[in-house]
Amino acid sequence: MDVTIIAEITNDGLHSSTAQLVAAATSLGASPVILCPGGIGASDAAAISGVARVISLMGDQFASFDGGSWVAALDAAAGDGVIFAAATANGRELAARLATKRRIPIIQDVIGLEPGLTITRPIYSGKAVEKSTCEGACVITIRVNAFEASQSGGSAEISTVNHSADVAVAIKEAIQKATERLDVSEAEIIVSGGRGLGSIENFSKLEAVADQIGAAVGASRAIVDEWGLPHSMQVGQTGKTVVPQLYFAVGISGAIQHLAGMRSSKYIVAINKDPDAPIFSVADYGIVAKWEDALPILSSELAKLQ
Amino acid sequence: MGRLEEGVLMADIAVLLKQVPDTNAKILVSGDRVDESAVNKWSMSPYDEFALEAALQSKASSGGVVTVITCGPARAAKMLTDAAAVGADNLMHIKVDDLTALDSLQVQSLLAAAVEKSGAGIVFCGKQAADTNAGSTGPGVAELLGVGCVTMISEVSIEGDSCTALRPTADGAERVVLSAPCVLAFDKTLTDLRRPNVKGIMMAKRKQIESVTAEDLGVDIGTAQVSISSHRPPPKKPAGQKFEGAESVPEVVSKLREEAKVL
Repeated sequence: MDVTIIAEITNDGLHSSTAQLVAAATSLGASPVILCPGGIGASDAAAISGVARVISLMGDQFASFDGGSWVAALDAAAGDGVIFAAATANGRELAARLATKRRIPIIQDVIGLEPGLTITRPIYSGKAVEKSTCEGACVITIRVNAFEASQSGGSAEISTVNHSADVAVAIKEAIQKATERLDVSEAEIIVSGGRGLGSIENFSKLEAVADQIGAAVGASRAIVDEWGLPHSMQVGQTGKTVVPQLYFAVGISGAIQHLAGMRSSKYIVAINKDPDAPIFSVADYGIVAKWEDALPILSSELAKLQ
Repeated sequence: MGRLEEGVLMADIAVLLKQVPDTNAKILVSGDRVDESAVNKWSMSPYDEFALEAALQSKASSGGVVTVITCGPARAAKMLTDAAAVGADNLMHIKVDDLTALDSLQVQSLLAAAVEKSGAGIVFCGKQAADTNAGSTGPGVAELLGVGCVTMISEVSIEGDSCTALRPTADGAERVVLSAPCVLAFDKTLTDLRRPNVKGIMMAKRKQIESVTAEDLGVDIGTAQVSISSHRPPPKKPAGQKFEGAESVPEVVSKLREEAKVL
């Protein structure tokens, strides 16, 4: 099978999800070609085991993100078969445009692949799972952390393709993030709070515990809306879908929309005073207690681990 | 590009709306498919609500016509009427009995043709729908129309044919500018959504819905290239361990370390 991968890149180079895309391709018996927009991360991509070739895709448009002009170049360089991208905001936009440009199917946010090609993805924010099949060429985005990354140790050849295109989106102003706190979609551990915390003043106590273990801080929709927290913190159907190693749900009852966003976490710890709270249905470790009593003990226990 | 009204360039906006099971609704699988007849409430997809609100705010500040477009079965007409009740001017319904039988490209082709029919130069939509969660429609419609697109927008301002939008980046956010014709896909924004008043509801009831078919739009949607083999409920998690009282926290922390090995 002919697989082309659109590398997921960051300001610093190759994003770790690119090696996961390679693993997804090799699981189908393919030796993928990786396209690196702007040439970013090309040498790291070439070092991923199982990669056939790396193409540094060069053009003026790669100075900033613009889906239309990036896709013009990706279309010129990508193979005719199956195309993979990471199911991130930019990856999804590129994948959708490229599929439409080629008039081939697009399937987003895939969590499983079988030769043939059978594709598994969650729908209704994880309230159901869909299996579909695609014959021939298609574009697929793969959920970050759904596949174990391919190891390094490869030494693929790197070539360069130049393809400039007119940019439609111009950057007017860059705004730095106020806090350096980790984003929930990137974090290995997330500490999330809900309405049970009572007031926004108590939310800082949760942040302090998160800081102890380098965790990201999440929130339920209710308190994002009512306490004016940044929407980027919201976990759930109208927020982020997260898959950390460990998810602490503190004072979160577990509305169906919240469960949709975090139920795939590897381990879930719930702290809630209501023993019947729906959050306990997905918790690996459920603690029936007031958060006011449990949080200080959690903090001191975590301190002992450092 | 654009329509002049007394010498002023009007920002006419087409808003793409999708009717989805309410996010509170239980999703049941019967046979090999999600059972749509078991959905107790259908709603406008949440991100589309923010797109509609942004369009109505643009209309309030600088004029222009807001056309709402949906692709779906008969029940989706109610959502268009709801949009009219908060201020949408024109309602367009692309009648499709079973939307789930169409693939993304087919839906995009219908929507792009409807946008062209509406005459709007600016297209607003949600960043993804709450059922498929895909996010292909905005960028795909942009590709079919051959125009620029920005997704994940949380703020927008429009002057003439110039749109300034705020989108997130790894380092924070950036303000970007693009010219109409273009497609803007919205994330949740900070604004409160307007609620209809009695007058709005009464007016909306009398508002005509322009009902169109693929044939009316001159679109040959062909056949779906993706075939769905099955829907299943999510795998059930084995029951977890439950502990009583805050005094159990040390035991849980120790289990996270020794048993789960995640601390």
